[in-house]
Amino acid sequence: MSAAADTAPRKRTGRAGPARILYHAVMLLISAVFLLPFYWMINSALKTNSAIFSTRTQWWPADPQWSNLWKTINYPDFPFFAQLGNSVFYAGVAAIATCMSCSLAGYSFGCLRWRYRDAAFAVTIAALLIPPIVTLLPTYLFWAKLGLTGTYVPLLAPYFLGDAFFIFMLRQFFLGVPRELLDAARMDGAGEFRIFWQIALPLILPALTVVAIFQTVYIWQEFMLPMIYLRDRSSFPLSVGLFSFRAQRTTEWSLVMMGSLLTTLPLIVLFFFTQRKFQQGIAASGIK
Amino acid sequence: MMAEPTAVPSPAYAPARRSARAAEARAGFLFVTPWMVALLVFTMLPLIATFVLGFAQYRPGSTPTFVGLDNYEALFADPAFWKATKNTALFALCLVPLKLLLALGLALLLDAGGRSANIYRTIFYLPTLVPVVASSIIFMLLLTPNAGPVNVILQALGISAPDWLKDPRAAFWTLIIMSLWPLGIETLIFLSGLKEIPDEIQDAAKLDTDRPWERFFGITLPLITPMILFNLVIGIISSFQVFVQALVIGDTVGRPGESTLMIMILIYRSAFRYFNIGYAAAIASLLFVGVLVLTLLIFRTARSWVYYEGESR
Repeated sequence: MSAAADTAPRKRTGRAGPARILYHAVMLLISAVFLLPFYWMINSALKTNSAIFSTRTQWWPADPQWSNLWKTINYPDFPFFAQLGNSVFYAGVAAIATCMSCSLAGYSFGCLRWRYRDAAFAVTIAALLIPPIVTLLPTYLFWAKLGLTGTYVPLLAPYFLGDAFFIFMLRQFFLGVPRELLDAARMDGAGEFRIFWQIALPLILPALTVVAIFQTVYIWQEFMLPMIYLRDRSSFPLSVGLFSFRAQRTTEWSLVMMGSLLTTLPLIVLFFFTQRKFQQGIAASGIK
Repeated sequence: MMAEPTAVPSPAYAPARRSARAAEARAGFLFVTPWMVALLVFTMLPLIATFVLGFAQYRPGSTPTFVGLDNYEALFADPAFWKATKNTALFALCLVPLKLLLALGLALLLDAGGRSANIYRTIFYLPTLVPVVASSIIFMLLLTPNAGPVNVILQALGISAPDWLKDPRAAFWTLIIMSLWPLGIETLIFLSGLKEIPDEIQDAAKLDTDRPWERFFGITLPLITPMILFNLVIGIISSFQVFVQALVIGDTVGRPGESTLMIMILIYRSAFRYFNIGYAAAIASLLFVGVLVLTLLIFRTARSWVYYEGESR
């Protein structure tokens, strides 16, 4: 995460040595607090169950149980690879669908002029503030009527039509596309869809990857909807799978910790490869 | 509504321009149609349906019957509803100010460090990547009595540590603590506000006063009020919907002793454990009205305390 910090280098006038050392000491202490849960997750994942609850707290796994990894991914109550596959599928399809549907709507709100546009956009923002649970019950009954509960259809279908947050985000990016550029294309006789597809969209392509990454992270963590719509363990994404693993096996804490680690790790890896995009995404969440 | 372009086109091009504008409007409408369908089918209609269901007795498989205000009467007579409402309101009341203060403090520290703080910024952001199910389970182990590191450290400092998961009063704070951990997004939003304050303003303020806290309350704080508003609204809306942490700690009954029973848990168990859809819909309707009123109140008061620079977008 660096983009914003680098744009305006601040003058550090005469920051004395001791002050700097104090600053970093404070920051390292705070960082230690924030990192402790991560450390404890890894630490506990490599211990035996009895070591976790031993009154003599083990600050590091004296005898690391590497076999915990093997045991966790082979645990019958936690079909890890099936659920990993489900999470990848769920997040992947949602991310692609969101990019497609929201870029069209975001472009329309950001670049095109039509009647009632601003009213429609205001409704979009208002929809963002509605707690999802408020619309969940009738929506659930609707999908149940169609016999589609227990599948990923109710979880994925809405993203093919749009998502208020990402439409808002993409609109912010589309606002930066110069109108003259689009008008010039119109003078040349290009159709509206072609202008969107060949001129506007390529200009905001970096923003589209931001959307894909944010949606992937969001869906990977999504819990309530898949828990409500899906029924059997082999169809759960990892977030729900981990919850049901914990609920079934409250005694196997080290394996549950290993499961938590395995569920979290893909997002951490994704983050470290795409840090800059996260920065842009948060900047564009738009609070100007 | 949107302003029509004011430039008068030269007569020769006028018809072409007009048809181009009509084509643009048509495209604008067309491109947004899927989203409008989604808004209607997945937001507007269900929203209305939830309110209607709130006045019905309905269990899946049976036909809904209109029962007037029965659900609301039952609700107001249900101690669990009042307990959940109280817990949720207290949760929001404790969590949101704490989170905003902590995030602002961290943002100020990050801002003071310049580039050398980049690594800390990454560290503060990392917790937001952990799925809440996983972080809740991690905190259950962190806060285990005797063996958990938090209590070991507290005891070493001479502080008597509670049983975080079994003592009803402590369990509430366990929820707060585990919800405070992911504050990276709020921090980065504050930081972006701090970075936007021009150096000249800070330098000019330094000529005015030597006292850093006077500069903070006089200059910095007013300039980041838009970020405070944003974090406040998002924080309140999301803390009223606290669910996963409460479910992991307290299951659907709010263990220990209903101390982690939240509105969302109540809705969930009414609908998907007891299949009392009408009852759940009535609670969901009240949640919606509550969140709506709070949001409107904040926006109402915002005019008097949020600073907007020049033009609005």
